[in-house]
Amino acid sequence: MHYDASSCNGCDIEVLACLTPVYDVERFGVINTGDPKQADIFLVTGAVNDQNKEVVKQLYDQMPEPKVVVAVGICACSGGIFKDCYNILGGVDQVIPVDVYVPGCAARPEAIIDGVVKGLDVLEQKRLRLQQEKEGSK
Amino acid sequence: MNDILFMMAVPFIAALVLLVVKNDKARGYIAEVAAAIIILSSVWVAYSYLGEPQTFEFHNEIIDMLMFVAEVILGLAIIYLGIKHKKYAASVLGLVQLCMSLYFEFALKEGIETERALYIDDLSIIMVLIIGIIGSLICVYAVGYMRDFQEHHRDEKDRRRWFFFLLFTFLSAMYGIVLSNDMVWMFFFWEITTLCSFALIGFTRTEEAVNNSFRQLILNLVGGIAFLAANMLLAHQYGHLDLTWLLSHGPDAAQWVLVAVMLLCLAGIVKSAQMPFHTWLLGAMVAPTPTSALLHSSTMVKAGVFMVLKLSPLLTGNLGGYMVMTVGGLTFLLASMAAISQSNAKRVLAYSTIANLGLIVACAGVGTPEAVWAGVMLMIFHAVTKSMMFLCVGTAEHHIGSRDIEDMDGLFVRMPKLAMIMMIGIAGMFLAPFGMLISKWAALTSFVDCEYIVVIACIVFGSAVTSFYWTKWLGKLACTASKAENCEETVHKQEWFVLGVLAILTIATCILYPVVSSETIVPWLEGVFHTSGESLVPLLEANNMYIVILMAIVLVLLPLPFFGRTKKRVVPNYMAGVGIDDETYVGSMGATVDVSLRNWYMNAWFGEDRIRKVGEAVTAVVIVALIVAAIAGVSI
Amino acid sequence: MSDWMWIVAAVVFVVVGPLVGCLLAGIDRKISARMQNRVGPPIRQPLYDVRKFLAKEQVTPNLVQDFYVMCFLLFTIVTGALFFGGMDLLLVIFTLTLSETFLVLAAYSSGSVYSQIGAQRELYVAMAYEPIILLMAICYYLEFGSFAVSDIVESGEMAFVPLLGVFVAFLFGLTMKLRKSPFDLSLSHHAHQDIVRGMATEFSGRTYASLEIAHWYESVMLLGMMVLFFLNGSWTGVVLGVVVAVLAWILEIWIDNGFARMKWQTALKSGWVVGLILGVGNVAVLLLI
Repeated sequence: MHYDASSCNGCDIEVLACLTPVYDVERFGVINTGDPKQADIFLVTGAVNDQNKEVVKQLYDQMPEPKVVVAVGICACSGGIFKDCYNILGGVDQVIPVDVYVPGCAARPEAIIDGVVKGLDVLEQKRLRLQQEKEGSK
Repeated sequence: MNDILFMMAVPFIAALVLLVVKNDKARGYIAEVAAAIIILSSVWVAYSYLGEPQTFEFHNEIIDMLMFVAEVILGLAIIYLGIKHKKYAASVLGLVQLCMSLYFEFALKEGIETERALYIDDLSIIMVLIIGIIGSLICVYAVGYMRDFQEHHRDEKDRRRWFFFLLFTFLSAMYGIVLSNDMVWMFFFWEITTLCSFALIGFTRTEEAVNNSFRQLILNLVGGIAFLAANMLLAHQYGHLDLTWLLSHGPDAAQWVLVAVMLLCLAGIVKSAQMPFHTWLLGAMVAPTPTSALLHSSTMVKAGVFMVLKLSPLLTGNLGGYMVMTVGGLTFLLASMAAISQSNAKRVLAYSTIANLGLIVACAGVGTPEAVWAGVMLMIFHAVTKSMMFLCVGTAEHHIGSRDIEDMDGLFVRMPKLAMIMMIGIAGMFLAPFGMLISKWAALTSFVDCEYIVVIACIVFGSAVTSFYWTKWLGKLACTASKAENCEETVHKQEWFVLGVLAILTIATCILYPVVSSETIVPWLEGVFHTSGESLVPLLEANNMYIVILMAIVLVLLPLPFFGRTKKRVVPNYMAGVGIDDETYVGSMGATVDVSLRNWYMNAWFGEDRIRKVGEAVTAVVIVALIVAAIAGVSI
Repeated sequence: MSDWMWIVAAVVFVVVGPLVGCLLAGIDRKISARMQNRVGPPIRQPLYDVRKFLAKEQVTPNLVQDFYVMCFLLFTIVTGALFFGGMDLLLVIFTLTLSETFLVLAAYSSGSVYSQIGAQRELYVAMAYEPIILLMAICYYLEFGSFAVSDIVESGEMAFVPLLGVFVAFLFGLTMKLRKSPFDLSLSHHAHQDIVRGMATEFSGRTYASLEIAHWYESVMLLGMMVLFFLNGSWTGVVLGVVVAVLAWILEIWIDNGFARMKWQTALKSGWVVGLILGVGNVAVLLLI
């Protein structure tokens, strides 16, 4: 329940729009938090470059398992129109494993919410798998 | 009686021996043996006289004569030192005091003989134990500490012999204060402690030390003069100079008795560093740490509160009571506030001492058995815990090179054992279920019972402030983000021994306080307040007491299986995604930046100067106004 | 009531307390959402959240934080149990301070700047409301001659009228104690006005869940203190008390949503002024009559 940005701010504003009364993502129990240690879903907007790839990696590492990454917007999915820029590495999946891709420029709030809820399913599957591993190791 | 005399003499003999012994190793052994004898003799005295208050016929012209001569010599010495260091105020006060004691000796004291010069009761026994055990432990600690101290000040002359002489003489004088029934004797010992601490504060002979030692001297001479004036008044008006006689009065005593009691309380207030006289105790911080520990915990200031507690039965609900209560209450509140603005650990401790003494003094001023019970309890807990805290800070200072709380960041990693002891000490100072809190609780109840709203407000707001500055410090200690190496290996054995004993004592007094209470304090209170023990029981109802003790035990045992153990994966802190480790992060342009964070001091609110001005003005007005009112014969 | 009734009350608190607290937290989120014209999460959402945190991978910034958090939870429960067990009010307050200290220590121990700032702020908010709570206990003592909750309840008289001053002061302090905006300086429910996560920045998994559970216990205990003002020996007092407590809870939610965070100076100043005027004033009135 957390998000980070290195984008043109178009998608960021749409992510915030999800929290507003019109879309109200808290209906699904989702809260926007700034702390990776309490987060389950890592929402990334914008492409990854040399400057922020370490940051994205570190934030991802600091989230406890199980965790899900949702790439929001076409830049986060593949690099978008910035793909061939000299400083852009590409989509978020160049640095960390991405579970859900939400395309769009900017991604629409409905699409983002849909992506997040899909992410919740992935999260549940991961949790079950983790539980099985734990039991298996016992 | 001989055992008491022996106990009083031992420290002084040890002092004389240490004055001549040059060898450092021998000094260590002598100090340790002397300390052991002092502890054993004080325990023996406590054991044999517990519950049997009595006075002793002991009168000797020669001793009286010697004391008088010593007093005159010391008076002359004060005048000389004052002139030599251009501190003329000290000389003037010394001169006044000298003239007064000459007049007293030759004009007033004629024909007044106090046959029973010594006494012992349960309060004295408590004091004897505090002085004997904690005082001598500090002396043992000083052996190791002064070795380091000399290392740090290699280019200076080794004057450690003088230092140890003063320490042990101090203990002797303290015994004198708490065991003298003859008030002339008591005054003599009173002055000796003043002078000893003067010399101890000025020990390093730096300019700051000299200035502060003179401030101490000047303020305490004011107290001494008040003491002497009380003696003169009693001799002149009533022809009696023994404490038992004075204490046989009630709170509704005759006018001049009350004035004398108020003057004695003033002397006690000065010695226990209450506002407006508190600055001397802050100045005392320049001295080597054992001095501060000794002055703050077991001696000097304890003499002051001992005096006020002793006189407390004469203070219930009269002018003297209001004076003492107001001064104590305000000091507690204001000194606690001032402690917030300090980052120097020793100054925080100093302010907290002043605040705690304020609470004790206020308890004595209330003058009901419950309040005095709380006061005595506070005194015991404070003595144990505070001495430990001082010694901890001293050890930390020698090993991390600073006595600033900000530099104790991560002490938990660098000196784990020391940090644990310090945390016990801090918890003991303000947290439930430890000692100070139990007595603060009783104090609060008795303040409410006495229905004096100023002290109620003082203790309520003061407690809130107290937890703020202690927790702030506790947090700094508990912080674990540090890569610094463990630098604990070089701490001297003596230091560990003393700190360990004190830590155990802190916890033991918390768990065993009902025993201490029922064996010593309650019998004493029954004696002096002429009440039965029954009325004292509701202080802390039995089930509250059990819960508190249970909590203390749980808190002591709980860390054993759980503290510092976890099966979880240990991960670095969140640092906005740019952290390198817990202490550094990548700044702009890829530079490595250290993390640092400072505590809050709120100088604009609780600045020292601001507090001092307010406190000094208000308390001075209260003291002067009430003493004048008492002299004018006003009664309430 | 006899002794064993009080013990039952304490046990009931330990068992039922968190359920009620959880419900209250859910209602809080729902009402907040409705106030903002949103649908809001299901009422049971806080429970789902805590269950999720318990199931997550467990990490910790150091070896000691777990211990502090454990003590915090333990002593919060003890505080509530003592209160509902009819014990001494001062003992309750002091134990509350103890648990508070453990929380602050847990935050300090990580050495993270964010949580340390939160911890420091928690300390001065505590400094702001502590006098109010102590004065409340003193007023009870002056009115009923005892600090024990059991004695206050058994006296059969309603404390509300003579203790009106401290009641209002307590209501004010409740905002600080429940960490509601404008005094949520140390740890906020709202991400938009917190420095990362305040005191709880380094809490995760089980420790964060413990924090939440402790909050549930704490809310119930504080509302219990609210009810205490109205008890009069019969069921009318209980009903009135519970109604007022619920109203107070809703008022707090309204304040929470209606104000932005204020500076620490405002918190301290207002806390002390309220304590001084209403609290000490109430003590003075009780002393005079």
